Amino acid sequence: MKKLSHLKPGDIARVAGIQSSDLKPKLLEMGLVEGQEIKVLFKAPFGDPIAVEVGDYVLSMRKDEAILVEVK
Amino acid sequence: MRKVALFGNPNTGKSSLFNRLTGLNQKVGNFPGVTIDKSTGKLHHKNIDIEIIDLPGTYSIYPRSKDEEVVYNILSDENHKDYPELAVVVLDATNLERNLLLCTQVYELGLPTVLALNMTDVAHRKRLTIDDEKLNSYFPNAKIVRCNARIGTGIPELKDLIASYDKSNAESKKPLIAIDDSESQSKDAEEKFRKNKAICAEIITKEPDVINFSRKIDRWLVHPVFGYLIFFALLLIIFQSVFTLAAYPMDWIDLGFSNLTAWMHEVMPEGLFTDLLTDGLIAGVGGVVIFLPQIVMLFFLIGILEETGYMARVVFIMDKLVRPFGLNGKSVVPLISSAACAIPGIMAARTISSWKERITTIMVSPLMSCSARIPVYTLLIALIIPNKNVGGIFNLQGLVLFGMYALGLVAALLVSFVLKKILKSKELSIFLLELPDYKTPRWGNVLLDVYKKGRTFLFDAGKIIVAISIILWALATFGPGNEMEEAAKEVSTKNISLDRYQEEVAATKLEHSYIGHMGKAIEPVIKPLGYDWKMGIALITSFAAREVFVGSLSTIYSVHQEDDDQSPLIEKMREQKFEDGSPVFNFASGMSLLVFYAFAMQCMATLAVVKRETKSWKWPLIQLGYMGAMAYLGALITYQLLS
Repeated sequence: MKKLSHLKPGDIARVAGIQSSDLKPKLLEMGLVEGQEIKVLFKAPFGDPIAVEVGDYVLSMRKDEAILVEVK
Repeated sequence: MRKVALFGNPNTGKSSLFNRLTGLNQKVGNFPGVTIDKSTGKLHHKNIDIEIIDLPGTYSIYPRSKDEEVVYNILSDENHKDYPELAVVVLDATNLERNLLLCTQVYELGLPTVLALNMTDVAHRKRLTIDDEKLNSYFPNAKIVRCNARIGTGIPELKDLIASYDKSNAESKKPLIAIDDSESQSKDAEEKFRKNKAICAEIITKEPDVINFSRKIDRWLVHPVFGYLIFFALLLIIFQSVFTLAAYPMDWIDLGFSNLTAWMHEVMPEGLFTDLLTDGLIAGVGGVVIFLPQIVMLFFLIGILEETGYMARVVFIMDKLVRPFGLNGKSVVPLISSAACAIPGIMAARTISSWKERITTIMVSPLMSCSARIPVYTLLIALIIPNKNVGGIFNLQGLVLFGMYALGLVAALLVSFVLKKILKSKELSIFLLELPDYKTPRWGNVLLDVYKKGRTFLFDAGKIIVAISIILWALATFGPGNEMEEAAKEVSTKNISLDRYQEEVAATKLEHSYIGHMGKAIEPVIKPLGYDWKMGIALITSFAAREVFVGSLSTIYSVHQEDDDQSPLIEKMREQKFEDGSPVFNFASGMSLLVFYAFAMQCMATLAVVKRETKSWKWPLIQLGYMGAMAYLGALITYQLLS
């Protein structure tokens, strides 16, 4: 399964699901629900965290958070 | 009184709205058990008294951090004293889909509900049109009001609704999900998002977006090279303004308080009560007020950076760099502010949502070299480091001063690393952070925030500071029995001027006061660091604030200090000899003192603020202890190696 953390800046994908974890409800509440279109905008200078466009806003997340988001 | 609660996601303009509704009628209080502040405000409208409580900005009513539990705790108990009669949900019109999650959750509480559709002007600029009537049909018992808190449109209508709206919404009421049932909470969130997506598809018309300026600006501000360069340039500007601009009001305050003291001595009868007022109380209050200019400047500049949305980018580019030390990108601004003054730094740590990272940041902030250390550093460096060139371009004294700043930073990072290993937390470390669009700052918000934080410092921390300075005054004024008076009588009046005589008396009195005795009592303990009892006195008195060290030494060595010229004191310090004739201040003891002042927690104002921010005496006491131990051991090792 492809993960959000594997995407490169400019890549567009859809959320396929969130891996079950303590962070799952939080990630869902931030709008990362199944079917949501997302776009990786840019990465911080050392490649982490990353900035992702989710709907109408920009969410930044650490790589170990992005790895929980499955995309297609 | 009618109780109204404001709900909303972060960055929706909820605070602006709160400020618009309540103005200066705001109060900062406590929520039991958590460290975040409770902001409440009064609104008097249409002859009704209304209490508005500004709940912390959250994305959901279900808590993801300890501080967010506040919202859940209030809502889960209808008998809670803060349980609202009316819910106002602030919605960001440019980001309705995500905002509707919290909105639906609140609506299902069954309270009368008002939806404040905020930032409609930005939505308009982004070519978004929202059909409020259709939106209303999905929340039939709620009332929708369009507003724009930045410029104040829609506020009168919102006030009318807040004062009068009470249409029952009981039919929508659904029970809350248990706080620990995250599976049901996840399901509920997914379901609500599905519905809200459908609602948004129906009510929002979106024309092709114009160019997004924030994305363009971001290309520079998070750039691997320019991002850091711009950040450091901004830091330089901030520090430059804090040090140069704050110096003027600080001088005025200093002058004002010393004039007041002199005047009081003139008009009041000589005696203990006058001394208590002048040297105890007024000096204590002065010691609080003198910090204000720097604190206010820093709050103001940080506030602007926060309002514009730039701060989120700083967090973004710095996070990876500080993470190995158990810190968060959000710790960077508190630590950097602490290089001017730890007080605003510690207060700025409020934005860190993880308890562990916040405590770590608060605990290490005072290790950063603050401006109060500068007079101590410059005095000691001038005393022991020769003023000569190194490598043609560097000045040795300057290099040592730079080294002291580096020492503070390294110590702060190392202690963070240790705390990362020690502190246990069940809480999740969450970074997830919204990068809001860039905006021009709302000056009213910035100024109100500066005012609130300044007031908190003056009154909450001020009480503790004044109390401690009165205690220190008493210890320096009184001595056992009438020993002080006896000793003062012994001072010879022969062949010296009146000024000189008074200085000698002051030095003798201090020696025989309780503090003098304390200095002597700790001499065996501080001897291995290379200090005598006179330095012991200076160490104890500078617990009030580090810069007091210089003044105390002047009194002890009865040096007349004029302006900021330290050279008479330096000369006098060089003359000091131990009984065996060796100098008291040599390279080893000077370095040992430098290290001591780099690490020791000698600032009662900071301790008072840490107490205020952590809502407990536990953390300031731990801080006092660990920094004291570091200072002692550091100074001991330094002295023993060098002597």
